[in-house]
Amino acid sequence: MFAFIIRRIIQAVIVMLVISFIGFSVQHSIGDPVRDMVGERVSEAEREALRDKLGLNDPFLTQYFRFVKNACYGDLGISYFHNKPTMHVILRKAPATIELIFATTIIILLITFPVGVYSAINPNSWFSRVVMGVSTIGVAVPVFLTAIILIYIFGVELQWLPAFGRGDTVNIWGWETGFLTKDGLLHLILPSISLASIMLPLYIRLIRSEMMEVLETEYIKFAWAKGLNRYRVWLLHAFKNTLLPVITVIGVEIGILFAFTLLTETVFQWQGMGFMFLEAVERADTALIVAYLVIVGVMFVVINTLVDVIYGFVNPMVRITGSK
Amino acid sequence: MNTWQRFNNSYFFYSFKRDPVAIASFTIFIFLVGISFLAPVVAPFNPYDTSTIDIMDSELPPNWMEEGDDRFILGTDIQGRDLLSTMLYGLRTSVIIGIGAVLFQAFLGIIVGLTAGYLGGKIDAFLMRIADIQFSIPYLIVAIIASAVFQIAFGVDRFEALALPLLVIIIGISEWPKYARTVRASVLGERNKEYVEAARVIGLNRRLIMYRHILPNTMTPVLVISTIQVAQAVMSEAALSFLGLGMPITKPSLGSLINAGFEYVFSGSWWITLFPGILLVLFTLVIILFGDWLRDVMNPKLYKG
Repeated sequence: MFAFIIRRIIQAVIVMLVISFIGFSVQHSIGDPVRDMVGERVSEAEREALRDKLGLNDPFLTQYFRFVKNACYGDLGISYFHNKPTMHVILRKAPATIELIFATTIIILLITFPVGVYSAINPNSWFSRVVMGVSTIGVAVPVFLTAIILIYIFGVELQWLPAFGRGDTVNIWGWETGFLTKDGLLHLILPSISLASIMLPLYIRLIRSEMMEVLETEYIKFAWAKGLNRYRVWLLHAFKNTLLPVITVIGVEIGILFAFTLLTETVFQWQGMGFMFLEAVERADTALIVAYLVIVGVMFVVINTLVDVIYGFVNPMVRITGSK
Repeated sequence: MNTWQRFNNSYFFYSFKRDPVAIASFTIFIFLVGISFLAPVVAPFNPYDTSTIDIMDSELPPNWMEEGDDRFILGTDIQGRDLLSTMLYGLRTSVIIGIGAVLFQAFLGIIVGLTAGYLGGKIDAFLMRIADIQFSIPYLIVAIIASAVFQIAFGVDRFEALALPLLVIIIGISEWPKYARTVRASVLGERNKEYVEAARVIGLNRRLIMYRHILPNTMTPVLVISTIQVAQAVMSEAALSFLGLGMPITKPSLGSLINAGFEYVFSGSWWITLFPGILLVLFTLVIILFGDWLRDVMNPKLYKG
């Protein structure tokens, strides 16, 4: 097991080096820190001197190693638009995105489990048929369209819910949270429902099919034969065994959810990491883009490594096939 | 027996005829692709021809509504273009990018998968590791970051001029690992079969065995995932265009039309966004439904077992 963890960590480090190399190449080929730092009036000779001082005339690899070394200390350069370290800019935006994903996950869990289980138990009821029909169509509806329709209905026509921004936030130990104010929670409703809408059809189908499979097994038949209460059979015997595959999938899907926050945040002008990234693209803020790339890379590498290691604990097969 | 008779008697065609969902989705798909490519003929206006556009016609609602104009069945967009014509041209752009991107990613993925699966060893480990790394990051993130980098590298103007081929490349790059894995898995299944051994024994070279003997036998799973991939690519393109990283509004795809209409939703002009949106959903939905059917038919476990 120890060897397995070590191997996964080495792999993660290699992946990070590859990602940082891509990030650095991007910065090296399209970014110009000198232009970002000085105004129009600075002469060519002064620019050249600045270049030398910053080490921009060093060989590519030397610069790359300096980039990696700085990155390890958490220094990913300075955003010329915000005039602050990029790390700082991104971390300040992170709570908004994390809260959005958190709220979305809660909505997904609250809806998919009851609906999925119900439609597995009663596959022929009209409700299950409607759910399955809607979820078939739902797979094809892009998240931004759902968001726009929700904004039009609840934000423009009915004017029940705010359609953009985060509303009032409270600062707790440096974490800007919208969970503690009524306004913040109201602002959270539409974005998180839109974001949840991409996952709902998939999860409902997944839970339904897992549950239906379990209901066919021998031990469920035996439980029926014993004459147990049906809720006991459904919820205690069957449902518990659908959880494991569902939870493993959820671990992976959080990453996809993160990808789609880019779209959701744009529609709702949600001040998170995705919105910041797209603003950076518009302003050609290369340093910020590269920092985003590296931080997102770290995030995915950490998540994937953790998932793999947990998997290794739960399922010894992974360790064995991985070690050959 | 000629090809047509063989096709007519095949299990494939037999199950197609018996499945109303497959027939309906295939028909709608062909219809949509057909009218989008015939857009210059069937569309009432040409949205690229600025002389027919009158800014006074902008933001007209569909013709069944009170302020609607009979010339514009589905109303007009903010620039005064007929929405129906713009949508048809937009669908054509989306279809071209979707199919182009899938061809490109299939091309990359098949080469990588075939090489990795047939040669094995270190090359296999190396290529598949790259695929794994990319696979662990959602395709949408890869596509968005790639197009952001391209946009800054080329500058907005040149990016817009080259948007179509660039999007094909971007979406192709973001999705190739899926093909690589699929092809590699079926190559591993084929590699040790007798016909490959026979080909090796008669002294054919590796390249010939790979491309002429093994490759054709791995095409079934490639075909199955390709349908879903087209839907995926069309949606990726729409997402990128919606973010302003795809097709410019002067050469709209469905995504950029939705994006352009979005700002006007707040002033009540819902049709500019909704109609392209419905068309996008319909188009991807029929591809997904047809792809599901295709997967069920092509999966030998389901009808042989």
